[in-house]
Amino acid sequence: MLTALLTLGLLAALIGLLLGYSAIRFRVESDPVVEQIDALLPQTQCGQCTYAGCRPYAEAIAAGEADINQCPPGGDSTIQALADLLGQDPKPLNPEHGEHKEKTVVVIDEQVCIGCTLCIQACPVDAILGAPKQMHTVIRDECTGCDLCIPPCPVECIHVVPVETKIDNWIWPVPRADRPAQSTSVTARAVDST
Amino acid sequence: MLVLPLLQHIGEVAECLVTPGERVLKGQMIAAPRGDVSAPVHASSSGTVVAIEPRPYPHPSGLPAPAIIIETDGKDEWLDSEHGLANYHEIEAARLLDHIRQSGIVGLGGAGFPTQVKLGSSVYHNIELLVINGAECEPYLSCDNRLMQERAAEILEGVRILQHLLKPDNCIIALENHMGAAREAMQVAVDNTADRAINLVSVPDIYPSGGERQLIRILTGKEVPSQGFPADIGILCQNVGTATAIYQAVVHNRPLVSRIVTVTGAGVKQPCNLEALIGTPFLDMITACGGYADRVDRLLMGGPMMGFAVNTDNVPVIKTTNCILAVTRDEMPPPPPEQPCIRCSKCTDVCPADLLPQQLFWHARSGNLDAAQDYNLFDCIECGCCAYVCPSHIPLVQYYRHSKAEIWTRDRQKQASDIARRRHDARKARLERIKQERAERLARKKQQLGSSEDTAENTRKAAIQAALERVRRKKAQTEIAPKNVDNLTAEQQQRIHEVDERRQQSGKDPEQ
Ligand code: SF4
Ligand code: SF4
Ligand code: SF4
Ligand code: SF4
Repeated sequence: MLTALLTLGLLAALIGLLLGYSAIRFRVESDPVVEQIDALLPQTQCGQCTYAGCRPYAEAIAAGEADINQCPPGGDSTIQALADLLGQDPKPLNPEHGEHKEKTVVVIDEQVCIGCTLCIQACPVDAILGAPKQMHTVIRDECTGCDLCIPPCPVECIHVVPVETKIDNWIWPVPRADRPAQSTSVTARAVDST
Repeated sequence: MLVLPLLQHIGEVAECLVTPGERVLKGQMIAAPRGDVSAPVHASSSGTVVAIEPRPYPHPSGLPAPAIIIETDGKDEWLDSEHGLANYHEIEAARLLDHIRQSGIVGLGGAGFPTQVKLGSSVYHNIELLVINGAECEPYLSCDNRLMQERAAEILEGVRILQHLLKPDNCIIALENHMGAAREAMQVAVDNTADRAINLVSVPDIYPSGGERQLIRILTGKEVPSQGFPADIGILCQNVGTATAIYQAVVHNRPLVSRIVTVTGAGVKQPCNLEALIGTPFLDMITACGGYADRVDRLLMGGPMMGFAVNTDNVPVIKTTNCILAVTRDEMPPPPPEQPCIRCSKCTDVCPADLLPQQLFWHARSGNLDAAQDYNLFDCIECGCCAYVCPSHIPLVQYYRHSKAEIWTRDRQKQASDIARRRHDARKARLERIKQERAERLARKKQQLGSSEDTAENTRKAAIQAALERVRRKKAQTEIAPKNVDNLTAEQQQRIHEVDERRQQSGKDPEQ
């Protein structure tokens, strides 16, 4: 009886030690809730939520300091996703932070650029390429459309342009009642015999 | 003139290898595959490259796509290349697969998936059954039927290459019940090969039995798993056109430069099947078939069920163009307006993929993409059967296509935001590092500066001392001892000694 108790007690103590050790040794550094929230944010890094980027905003939401409706680039779908994650009711975007717009990118008018590097310093995702007194250009695929590079430019040569629709990002339109579509989705188009 | 788009397959866009002004020969590779899932493009006739620019492209969006434009010289001169691999029996699979890749072969049934990728993933599965699909994928199409009548022997040779590659236990060539002449021709060819493993099987003429999954179910009763591939259940399906292309590539070293296209519909005067060079404009195809009939309304690429309208007839024939359909209004009238779904479940009854079209429609219309995916949206082959039977004339397939594209867009955005996060983190780390380095440099400098301030005098003295020491050592090294002290008498040495002593007493050391 006594040996059994001792063995079990010893075993429990050993396992406790092991668990305690692994809790220290393999500790996950960051807060998983922050990670999950951050994964839902659009990563535009624009700061419209009044935080220094998406991650700080995620941390603020996790800490209960910020509301879930402050991210204009994410819009309703992000708010919905955040509401689902946090078990809250979705609410409309807070207009104080701006309104949801289609994603855009920027281009630099290379003829006008004076090579001041101010835009490079502003870009949160290193999407601008250039060097002092050299022409700068935007890597369009990496640009998140945060527009942070526009105010610092002293010669106003950075312009917002819509994302180009190409075959690989084109979306079949939704059928609409006022525009009857074919049963096979063939929209009526006249043959143009050129 | 030939217009050869750089993207004629599923996968990465090919990379252009030529420049305007360059002369190219038929069969010359003018765009190389980029990445694993990609296919090259070959010049389909000899001539001069005149431009590389966006051109009208057969796609439902009507958007142009980059293409290589060749002004043909009419000589149709083949690239003089080494002979094919007629002895393919002795060649290992990897080399044959690479040859097929370099020949630009993609699935010619209509999907355009690079053939070597499909074969490559199957070589490592245990393929029990090879299905050669001769059943047309849609009504109106007859290109496969024609091909089997005309080129049965070539198809068979292609089948034998596939058999060598995949080592299946059995092989079925599937055709439809109504294809009498094709069956006869194929039977002769099969008899000639005397291969007992090859069987001809007729399937009912019901649309869409030419679809890969549907055909497999009709032939074997087996279901291809949702989101899976036929290779997962030991089956590989290839179109008859692809089989001939493989034969041409392997035995004659001829890359894919042409295909059979059905030109039909009440809008064209003499419907027929044409063997067309890839890149031929649709208008030339229509002209070769006697031109447009009077009441032509629309031009479609593909069949009446899965095809899409093109907005101009100067789009080129590409590798996936199985049919050019010119329809009149009587033939395909615009559908009546959409009515609400009455839940009649007719669509469910006809769906060949066993989906629940009205549920899919419900979720697709309300933008509930996750729910649509739960209802296996991606198993929908967009056959159009549900929309065809729907008494409410709901353009169901278009809703599905829209939802699929939305899901793809969402996935792309997710990827893009992951990349943005990585780039942002990398930038933050870099700025942090630079700040730290600068701080360290500053600290080091300060330290140096601080130590020299209070001991400035000492340092100066030490420096002078060190310089003197250096001079002295140098002198000692270079100074030649006087020769007149070599052999002295004891008396002379005594005198020198006395002088030295006197000097020392007077404090004048000559060494100092
Ligand atoms: S507003 Fe949205 S996208 Fe912009 S930094 Fe805040 S969370 Fe990121
Ligand atoms: S280039 Fe300008 S708009 Fe684009 S991500 Fe950088 S700062 Fe934002
Ligand atoms: S066939 Fe049309 S009306 Fe009938 S259930 Fe399907 S979608 Fe609804
Ligand atoms: S188009 Fe309609 S019938 Fe065809 S597979 Fe999709 S849901 Fe089923």
